[in-house]
Amino acid sequence: MTTDLSPVGTGAPVPLKIGFIPLADAAALIVAVDKGFARAQSLDVELVREISWSNVRDRLNIGQFDAAHLLAPVAVASSLGLGHVRVPILAPFNLGLNGNAITVTTALHAALRCEAQGDLADPRVSAAALARVVAARKRKGRDPLTFGMTFPYSTHNYQLRFWMASGGVDPDEDIRLVVLPPPYMVESIANGHVDAFCVGAPWNSVAVDLGIAHILHFVSEILERAAEKVLAVRSDWAGRHPELLARLLKAHAAAVAYVEDIANREDVCRILAAPNRLGVAPEVIRRTLDGRLKVSPSGELRASDRYLLIGRKGAARPDPVQAAWLYAQMIRWGQAPMSQDLLTAALGVFRPDIYDDVLGAPSDRAAGAPADGIGAFAGPPFDPHDILGHLAPWRIKRGAI
Amino acid sequence: MTSEAPLKILVIDENPIRRAILDAGLKDAGFTDITLMGDTNGLLERIYTVDPDVIIIDLQNPSRDVLEQMFQVSRIVRRPIAMFVDQSDRATIEKAIDAGVSAYIVDGLKRERVRAILDMTISRFGAFERLRAELEETKSALKERKVIEKAKGILMKRRGLDEEAAYALLRRTAMSKGKRIGDIADSLVSAIDLLES
Repeated sequence: MTTDLSPVGTGAPVPLKIGFIPLADAAALIVAVDKGFARAQSLDVELVREISWSNVRDRLNIGQFDAAHLLAPVAVASSLGLGHVRVPILAPFNLGLNGNAITVTTALHAALRCEAQGDLADPRVSAAALARVVAARKRKGRDPLTFGMTFPYSTHNYQLRFWMASGGVDPDEDIRLVVLPPPYMVESIANGHVDAFCVGAPWNSVAVDLGIAHILHFVSEILERAAEKVLAVRSDWAGRHPELLARLLKAHAAAVAYVEDIANREDVCRILAAPNRLGVAPEVIRRTLDGRLKVSPSGELRASDRYLLIGRKGAARPDPVQAAWLYAQMIRWGQAPMSQDLLTAALGVFRPDIYDDVLGAPSDRAAGAPADGIGAFAGPPFDPHDILGHLAPWRIKRGAI
Repeated sequence: MTSEAPLKILVIDENPIRRAILDAGLKDAGFTDITLMGDTNGLLERIYTVDPDVIIIDLQNPSRDVLEQMFQVSRIVRRPIAMFVDQSDRATIEKAIDAGVSAYIVDGLKRERVRAILDMTISRFGAFERLRAELEETKSALKERKVIEKAKGILMKRRGLDEEAAYALLRRTAMSKGKRIGDIADSLVSAIDLLES
């Protein structure tokens, strides 16, 4: 068990165990440990690579992990007691915004191109094209398309649903939406088990490199800012160890600055590529961090300065509006009821106050950020104080809302 | 179903030996309706066919996330809940995770019945881990004995010692360097390999 009696620099480093899933958005955590930023805060962090989000959640919940690289919606769901035991979680630091992509088979890409009325890179065009492809398959009596994503409470799930529903495709009725472990995504597209998937880096690039798929969208084209992974700790742990948490945040802030400095890019990619970290080629990780991805097997490139935000543009500071947006998606898709208490609990998961206390408010916050904090490509601006009103205009949704 | 009907148990474990150990354990404990799954192809169909009351899955299986989704959305399978839902039984949960296993249980089952299955699973997972550790130990002990034999042979040939004296020399060297006799033997064999290759 951990104690935080010793101030930084005195006594032995405090041992911490932190779980992660091998994905590019674990960069800040991995660099904090492997580059010595945690050690400089007198923290002796053991990183534990995990195989499933269920494992990360469970080990954090019962105290085998002091902290974890966690899907932002799992932090919210766990705090609300959705689908599982209720364990209040705090997210005082975002590990990444955005970073996922929607990848489709070459066959589906060709079908979408045939139906596209405009530039397929525009999510309004692609969603409408998808609706026509889905309708045509239905007319011909063919099996519905299958989309893979990573977890019921994942940004991937909500990003896919938001995008296709805006074009008139019901994600529960018109297609099949299945969970696949990220390392199985590429194989599943290769053997025809799925027609498309939404997953984080590096798996989209791996599928494109194999010549079997196209990246259709960066999710940052669907939502400008979506909280993707957070540094999660149990609320009771944070209460008992405020000083340790502060040190952990400082180590992460130093790591984020290192990761976002382009001069260190090669070193960061090398660190992340290690077999016990991500275990993929440094070059593939480089594309992700550069936000410059090969989107088609023929080598077409697409670049975005917000493909994956690790700390820059104020990304590391948690924004409770993001937690409210995730909660709104849980309501829309029938995972949670609407209640003021649950909304309050969801907002309380993201803790910019802890971030500011330890690190100060970032100076480049909101530089070019959307007014509602989300920046969805469709629908009215998000309003965390009127979630039902915000969801009302959407035709496709679940339950009694 | 009534609580008297035999419980249907589905075991999902990629390790064939551990699967067999668990199967035997559950049968010994009087459970008869056990289905074993080694891979997770067609998981939903299998769960639909088996209609299990209890699902046991090893924690190294990435398909745990797939299971959780099925229980959320599927309209054709009954919705088992994770063993974690009963917060009062924290000790069992911790033991299970330590042993490397998780379980999902259909709601409404009597705790005692499920408890017996969980305890059995945890103890068999533990037994498998001990077995694996012992096997590793035996393997490395065997390897070490071979190296020591080889080192003894080298000393006998090079230094004209008999077997007993060669072993005594190895042991003395190990003691004076504060190392294990196997390590000394290993260094000697590697050195000779280098010199003579």
